[in-house]
Amino acid sequence: MRAVLETIGLTKFFGMVRAAEDLSLSFQEGELVGIVGPNGSGKTTLLNVITGYVKPDRGRIRYQGKDITGLSPRAVADLGIARSFQMPQLYLSLTVLENLVLALAIRAGRAREFWAPLVRADRLDEARRVLEQFDLEEHATHEAGQLPEGARKLLDVALSFARRPRILLMDEPTSGVSARDKSKVMDTLVPVLKGTGVTTIFVEHDMEVVQRYAERVLAFDEGKVVAAGSPDAVLADPAVRRALLGQP
Amino acid sequence: MALVLALAGLAVFLVVPPFLPEWITFLLTLAWAKALAVLGIVLLLRGGLLTFGHALYYAVGAYTAGFAVKFLGVHDGLVVLVLAVVTGAGASALLGLLLARYRGVHFGLLNLAFSMVLYAILLKFYAVTGGTDGLRLPTPLLAGVKPDAQHLRLTIYYVTVVLAALLLYVAYRFTTSPLGYTLRAVRDNEVRVEYMGASVSQAIYCSYIVAGVMASVGGVLAGFSVGHIVPEVSFWTQSGEFVFVALLGGTGSVLAPVAGSIVFEFVRNYAFKYSPYTWQMTLGIVLLIIIFFLPGGLWSLTGIARRWGFATRRWSR
Repeated sequence: MRAVLETIGLTKFFGMVRAAEDLSLSFQEGELVGIVGPNGSGKTTLLNVITGYVKPDRGRIRYQGKDITGLSPRAVADLGIARSFQMPQLYLSLTVLENLVLALAIRAGRAREFWAPLVRADRLDEARRVLEQFDLEEHATHEAGQLPEGARKLLDVALSFARRPRILLMDEPTSGVSARDKSKVMDTLVPVLKGTGVTTIFVEHDMEVVQRYAERVLAFDEGKVVAAGSPDAVLADPAVRRALLGQP
Repeated sequence: MALVLALAGLAVFLVVPPFLPEWITFLLTLAWAKALAVLGIVLLLRGGLLTFGHALYYAVGAYTAGFAVKFLGVHDGLVVLVLAVVTGAGASALLGLLLARYRGVHFGLLNLAFSMVLYAILLKFYAVTGGTDGLRLPTPLLAGVKPDAQHLRLTIYYVTVVLAALLLYVAYRFTTSPLGYTLRAVRDNEVRVEYMGASVSQAIYCSYIVAGVMASVGGVLAGFSVGHIVPEVSFWTQSGEFVFVALLGGTGSVLAPVAGSIVFEFVRNYAFKYSPYTWQMTLGIVLLIIIFFLPGGLWSLTGIARRWGFATRRWSR
């Protein structure tokens, strides 16, 4: 396997708060990486810096060997890096199907087309396939604003997935979802993502979810990686247990 | 079904007017022409953008006609319309470069500021614009043919309705296109639009130009209908009237501005007739009633009717 995404000495401070300090990370093609850490440890900042939402103070980001540091979110998306959000970012007044069909049109570079209709048979077919993969068919004609939280989370990821990214960054895909539905969300997401070989990096608070689904785990604390490796090894690490669970 | 109803409605507007008094035909002409400017506002509203200065482009169209007649000697209405499309697109493309960066109250008031700048120019550059006297617009030729004087009012009405219907169709295509949906997506969630790989500012910019062209064509048609243009076409009260009509009609369909505009013209006409000193109050009361009882505008009545129809079928089963 080869590195598809690398960060080299990535550093970001928000005033006195250290969100990322000298982070040098490497992500291999097709792997599923979980990122854990206490609040304010810099997990979401890493996603924000990679996707161009926040500019780093120092350091570089390389995607497939190309320097993408400082590119806009749109430019990063065009390169094949997509993300989902802790709070699902949807087009609430559009139906689930319209959300997806629009994503497909944008992916095809048709966002500025103003005469041809958005809703076409080929786009509808593909959107329905994505809905099926994400177990959202029953919500197809519902407005996104009316969906339950679990379905919103899935749609948020489905929108990013519809771009056929090489890398998918997910920010707490199970937050706000009931304990019972967490497994359902992840059991739906993971096979789809693994099946397409997309490199997935997900930030998660729930240790059980990370242990069960991640292939590799990075534990963050105060902008640094304090442990990295297999889920069992990282979650057993005393430094991680201190940072995450407050254990002495 | 919606298309059939729209065509049936258009047929009514084409068949009935010869049997109506001339003053009603005039009011309808004005309503259809102004509906185009309102349509521009409605398109922008779908993107969450409220402009308080859209009369600027209405005035650009009207004065394009005035200048074309006065300085270029162009008397053909169709040529003037093409010129108005060019000037409307040019002006909105130029100002859009700046305005597409703004949202909310800043967007609304910057538009207002530009429309008032134009108003001042139209008012003060007397030698060119005619100042407060304005410019006269003689009866236009249509493809080189002078309309029959006896049926002049009706001819202008038909030209206005047909052109407005064509532009409504353009607006419909726009709203159902990827760009139209992207604009709606911008209203819902700008962050997501950018993360999906589309440009928010490009979507707003393109939509702003479409809205500017609509208003510009509306300005020409209204100008030819009245036969005279004055700087007040760019004044803030004119922009306010367009916003009023947009709220009155609603944003649920490209046909809503036509419904709103026709109702507005008739309400204003009768309010002025029966209470000449308090007609503004009557309009205000009408708007309050709409806001309280039909927050989605007159067009939301169609939704109510659909639901009622559905209920009726259920009752009849």
